[in-house]
Amino acid sequence: MKILVTVKEVATVEDEFEIEGTGIADQYLGADLNEWDDYAIEEAVQLQEAGVADEVVTVTIGPEECEQTIRQALAKGADRAVRIWDDSLEDVDLLDVGAKTEILSAVVEEEDPDLVLTGVQAGDDSFGATGVSVAEHLGYQWGAVVNHLEHDFDDAASVRRELEGGVEELTEIELPAVLTIQTGINEPRYASLRGIRQAQRKELDVKALADLGVDESAVDAELELTDMYEPESESDVTTWEGSAEETAGELAELLRDKGVAQ
Amino acid sequence: MTDILAVTDHRRGELRDVSYEIITAGRQLANETGGDLHLAVISGTVDEFAEKLNREGVDAIHTVDYGEEFNHDVYTQAISQLYDELAPQYVLAPNSVNGLDYAPAVATQLDLPIVTDTIDLETDGETLIATREMYGGKVETTNELEGSAVATIRSAEWPQAEGTGDAAIEAFDADIDEDAIGSTVNGFEEVGGGDVDITEADVLVSVGRGIEEEDNLPLIEELADALSATVSSSRPIVDNGWLPKNRQVGQSGKVVTPDVYIAIGISGAVQHVAGMKGSDTIVAINTDPNAPIMDIADYAIVDDLFDVVPALTEEFQ
Repeated sequence: MKILVTVKEVATVEDEFEIEGTGIADQYLGADLNEWDDYAIEEAVQLQEAGVADEVVTVTIGPEECEQTIRQALAKGADRAVRIWDDSLEDVDLLDVGAKTEILSAVVEEEDPDLVLTGVQAGDDSFGATGVSVAEHLGYQWGAVVNHLEHDFDDAASVRRELEGGVEELTEIELPAVLTIQTGINEPRYASLRGIRQAQRKELDVKALADLGVDESAVDAELELTDMYEPESESDVTTWEGSAEETAGELAELLRDKGVAQ
Repeated sequence: MTDILAVTDHRRGELRDVSYEIITAGRQLANETGGDLHLAVISGTVDEFAEKLNREGVDAIHTVDYGEEFNHDVYTQAISQLYDELAPQYVLAPNSVNGLDYAPAVATQLDLPIVTDTIDLETDGETLIATREMYGGKVETTNELEGSAVATIRSAEWPQAEGTGDAAIEAFDADIDEDAIGSTVNGFEEVGGGDVDITEADVLVSVGRGIEEEDNLPLIEELADALSATVSSSRPIVDNGWLPKNRQVGQSGKVVTPDVYIAIGISGAVQHVAGMKGSDTIVAINTDPNAPIMDIADYAIVDDLFDVVPALTEEFQ
């Protein structure tokens, strides 16, 4: 079985930041492997170690600067990586679900995996929709918000979907399928030093849209980001000031007033 | 005129609250241009659901009597066919776990753009203006989509519709292609049982990512002991396996309403807040004065939990 894992380098924002136009000013931005994708990578690597998967390939849409992040997945055990980048993507503010679906679907078609694992969502734009959209686009089956996957497959995957309120849905999904992976499904490993060294030698293919047969117009987002602002705080919080001893004292007094620990 | 098709949500014989909220969201959007609000009720006891959903502002309810429980292939097919029949401008779905299991597929099948997890929606009939968060709630954005679109709505952002409506309730004869159904739901399981029921606690000492390491958890447990309180947590602590699932507060965990909820090192993601906003008194201990938890906290200490928590424990020893 071949598994394709979608991996995204997400933007992280410091606690204090400023907005410029429709984005966060660069100096307040960091970058990290998307948390949900880390679990998807781990699940794929575990399937490979269990002898279920023969090959694990990662795919990313991103510029050269994100290669360090992609190599984390290779260091954890993925076999090779594909990175999609194109001049036409340089000036795109926000890739919407439709654009990501066009690009990733082309890669899935080329790689022809049995199973595609994505994170439930990306920590920055949090659409939570691309995995299911890709599945429908390609005629794959799918399952959203999977927090357990049985590691013995026939022609179907047995999964649990994490519903609201502590309820799980037990579902059989025919292959090929796209599963969106929820945090907590496993314990993502840290890359070993050996893994990190090996990752430097693993294949990382860079492809442009034309290489995938995707027309540049596919990245013209239908969703246009027109404004970004800090939400108005509705807070009427009473904040205690002072040293830790002083503020703890204030809180202790409140708790005693409420009859706690008496 | 802007007609709306809103899809309702139910599970194991019960309509979920968001089904009444989506009526309000759909009605508001339809009002802006004088359009009609159509509801779709798919699978389960559809007639009983339709009666309950017949609240003020609903113009028509379309029932699809097929199967008991949610199946995303049935939903995708039924909604696409309803769209072809009714030609609404917008399709609204809940941003629930199940909503995210069919709404993107509906958008793809109908070749419509999708915007998810919206907290406000406006339209002039041509352009949809959707408000949503990015970066875990640090910012809000407005987003514009031209023409017809699919949007999912966040739960508890719109009030539930009330009153009694005079909607036309009609069975919709969806042509469900069984060969296209690729997944089977075999059952449900309640998780997070066990020895401790955090929903029964009067005082919860709740710990989040700010605790940094499992080895630091005794700090929290000592405080809880000193206060005769119960320890609960946000999602990352359970994901890391540091506490069992029955301690998790939030959308996918438990909904709690204690007298006092002390949130320690919890930023207050919307999924967490959904599980604890009903607490009588909320206290937040966090280094970030702008953390979303501050929006619902009654009292706050903006300081390092590793300084404040031991000092607080000492007060009660």
